[in-house]
Amino acid sequence: MTDMKEPLIPVVGVVTDIRIDTPDVKTFRVVTPEGKKAFAHKPGQCAMLSVPGVGEAMFSITSSPTNQEYMEFSIKKCGCVTEWLHAMEVGQEITIRGPLGNSFPVDTAFAGHDMLFIAGGIGLAPLRSVINYCRHYRDRYGKIDIVYGSRTKQDLVDYHEIIDEWAKDEGVNVYLTIDREQPEWEGHVGFVPNYVKELGFSTDKIAVLCGPPIMIKFTLAGLMELGFDKTQVYTTMELRMKCGIGKCGRCNIGSKYVCKDGPVFRCDQLDELPDEY
Amino acid sequence: MQEITREALLSRAAELFRDGTVDRALGWRAGEFDYDVTPGVFTSAEELENGFVWNDFCGANFSKYLIRETGLTEKKVLVFLKPCDTYSFNQLLTEHRFARDKVYAVGVPCAGMADVKLLRDRFDGVTSVEGAEGGVLVHTLYDGDVTLPQAELLPDRCRNCKSKKHVAYDELLGSDGEVLDSHRFDEVEQLERMTPDERFAFWQNELSRCIRCNACRDVCPACTCEKCVFDNPASGAANKAPSSSFEEQMFHIIRAFHVAGRCTDCGECSRVCPQHIPLHLLNRKFIRDIDRFYGEYQAGAEVGSRAPIVDYTEGDIEPGEAVEGGARHA
Amino acid sequence: MRKIAVSRMEELFAAIAAGQSLYLPVDTKAGAKFEQWESGKQLSSALNTVRSAKDFFFPQTENLMDFRMEGKKIEIIDTRRESEDFVLFGVRACDVRSFTVLDRVFLAEPVDTYYKNRREHGLIMSMSCTRPAETCFCGTFGIDAAEPEGDVVCHMTADTLYLDAKTEKGSALLESLSALTEACGGEDETAVERHKELSHERLSGLPLAELSADRFGADKTDAFFNDPAWKTLSEACLGCGTCTFVCPTCQCYDIQDFDTGHGVKRFRCWDSCMYSDFTKMSAGQPRLTQLERFRQRFMHKLVYYPTNNDGLFSCVGCGRCLSKCPIQMNIVKVMKQLGGKQND
Repeated sequence: MTDMKEPLIPVVGVVTDIRIDTPDVKTFRVVTPEGKKAFAHKPGQCAMLSVPGVGEAMFSITSSPTNQEYMEFSIKKCGCVTEWLHAMEVGQEITIRGPLGNSFPVDTAFAGHDMLFIAGGIGLAPLRSVINYCRHYRDRYGKIDIVYGSRTKQDLVDYHEIIDEWAKDEGVNVYLTIDREQPEWEGHVGFVPNYVKELGFSTDKIAVLCGPPIMIKFTLAGLMELGFDKTQVYTTMELRMKCGIGKCGRCNIGSKYVCKDGPVFRCDQLDELPDEY
Repeated sequence: MQEITREALLSRAAELFRDGTVDRALGWRAGEFDYDVTPGVFTSAEELENGFVWNDFCGANFSKYLIRETGLTEKKVLVFLKPCDTYSFNQLLTEHRFARDKVYAVGVPCAGMADVKLLRDRFDGVTSVEGAEGGVLVHTLYDGDVTLPQAELLPDRCRNCKSKKHVAYDELLGSDGEVLDSHRFDEVEQLERMTPDERFAFWQNELSRCIRCNACRDVCPACTCEKCVFDNPASGAANKAPSSSFEEQMFHIIRAFHVAGRCTDCGECSRVCPQHIPLHLLNRKFIRDIDRFYGEYQAGAEVGSRAPIVDYTEGDIEPGEAVEGGARHA
Repeated sequence: MRKIAVSRMEELFAAIAAGQSLYLPVDTKAGAKFEQWESGKQLSSALNTVRSAKDFFFPQTENLMDFRMEGKKIEIIDTRRESEDFVLFGVRACDVRSFTVLDRVFLAEPVDTYYKNRREHGLIMSMSCTRPAETCFCGTFGIDAAEPEGDVVCHMTADTLYLDAKTEKGSALLESLSALTEACGGEDETAVERHKELSHERLSGLPLAELSADRFGADKTDAFFNDPAWKTLSEACLGCGTCTFVCPTCQCYDIQDFDTGHGVKRFRCWDSCMYSDFTKMSAGQPRLTQLERFRQRFMHKLVYYPTNNDGLFSCVGCGRCLSKCPIQMNIVKVMKQLGGKQND
């Protein structure tokens, strides 16, 4: 019994790189003490990171599964654990367990389709994994559109990767926006939901949404106006979690456990859940 | 049997709804049995007529519910208060927990409220309890029908009732009583006569049963913090997962300290404890010590009184003496 | 089936306890409680224990693992130990069913090894009920208190304890006790049948015998979620955890770390969906009011759990919440009030 693998027991991870993305978002690169990737994962899946004595919290894995060397987590400072993570230095060990949750159906429902990714703020973190997966297997997908907005230019996560890599890819269009005018910004200004409507995408594609609840709500409504069906729209959810394996009860909504049955949901599936998220 | 009948309460409530004084009333709703009545908020005279229950099991202290309910209405909230409830009522007013003018308090005499736990300890399958000649008639599944004197159904807080006198009301139904010369400190004195080791063993045993359900805190009219220190992970005191029974004791001892001087000895903590821990004894010990150190003080006896422990005077005893404990000071 | 005179129970307990730890309900000042048997401890005559038997498999608090920290280094210490063998004697039908409810959660992939460890080392000797309480309604959920599940099912008449092995594990235990017990004959079969009849007769006469759960079950979220009755039902709820902690099927938990000064201990402890901070995040709170938290608990037992578990309800009708809730609110009142008074 005690030699069985226990899903609640993590492994040690070493933070080998810390990138400052925005004033309150940092991206952490994590490997095992042997320098390997801790485990394989699929786009959209999560992991529990912990600092013993401080606590454990769930984060989406930001790096693409196609990266065989390490995992990355883009984390916004907003609580005990994240504050601690933001304060640590390279070389610090943390614990990591996963992969947890379901993933985006990149090899089934998404395969062969044009993709529209829409993110707001730190909401880009879970999408970065699937965007880079689609870029890696470029021939498996059609055209890729990415709409991403944040409060200010400084709050755009992964700005350099977006400009230097994504925007330069063949067949990938990037549309950035910020909430308010800024002197050094020449791009679009306005909220993501409105920008999506202004851009007016054709409905022959799959949309993937992630951001603050209010942005998701209005963007989804905007997509409906454009003629999208909820079965074409995917999102990823966040609730308080402790176990990550559908047992501790915390993220239970209706008969679903967001940690296990999610975090990825198709928007029509969300309609079947009681309105508690 | 209570002096005031259900009909008397209902007809007064109906008038108060009708003349627009109140738009909600705190009362009890019937359950499956005579004794499992649940507190509820009634919003019309008709609703009261259909669902309001008044019997010997209506012991819950409604004072704390007033904090929420007064915030939900432009009018007044009707509340029926037993004498012991009025002390909590005053204490909450002293602590500015609700506005006095948002409440219409009707004082109701109390003959002592029954506790079904006492019946369950003696009989298997208690299905009903009704008033009868010479006490109450208890129907049971396996022990037949038994007639008992009312006194045998009274929990400690009623057997040792401190006062039949209402200290607050807008109007009183029936007659008012007197502050009683109760024996509520007898058990405290027994504890004080124990050696420290015996006393430690006593509390160790009692508190070892605690399941940290928080019912004592959540029902306590003195526990009205918006965010309890024990719910705050950053406080270092949350200890939802105690690593030793000592930490269990800290929860109750810290809580007793926190309500010291404010606890009116309403006895709700012991009433709700699923593990029968005599929590009221901790509070009574504090009350007893405060009485001895500073002179007799009854929290909630009047609105606005300053509890001795938050009211510095030159005559206060030295901290060193207080640490020695009240028993030696007696 | 084997039997032993009730007057020789002490010998039976001693024989069981010789091979493994034996726990049984004993009387305490605060009601019956499972305690480890030692010479002189008497089986309680109470119908059931205040706390449920789930504690043996899912204790209120347990150490999951330790961490040793040095500088930037972390060492994870697996503190799991093989559980010792133990016997739970006198478990009632409701609580035995609760193990099935818990199994569906903890033994579902990925398996919770802490739970599985104890579950596999525990042997259940259940006891049929002849004096079910006024708060009992196990029959509502298809449980027969006259014939509980378990490794060994016991029936206790005035003078004889009958022991009926239902599993391999149970047979092995009875085998090991065969020197002490006697084989049963036709008369004994009759005595046990009569015992069950008495039990059934009493169960069918209970005040809650007619309570039906038929309207509830899998995929009934829409039928009950927005019912106006939730407001009245939840209005007096204190938001304490009494119902969840005495409940044999409630299994929500929290994980917390403690820095002992010499390292960090990670604990698991019971948690309650009735608590306001249960779902609280730094980013928000999906269940803001007590109504929503109260609804969650009952919807989970009556709808969500059955949806995920082939219609199995996660209430076993033990009645503990009926006798322990500080405001006397409970699942029976909820079932009767929801969707109108159809259950009256």
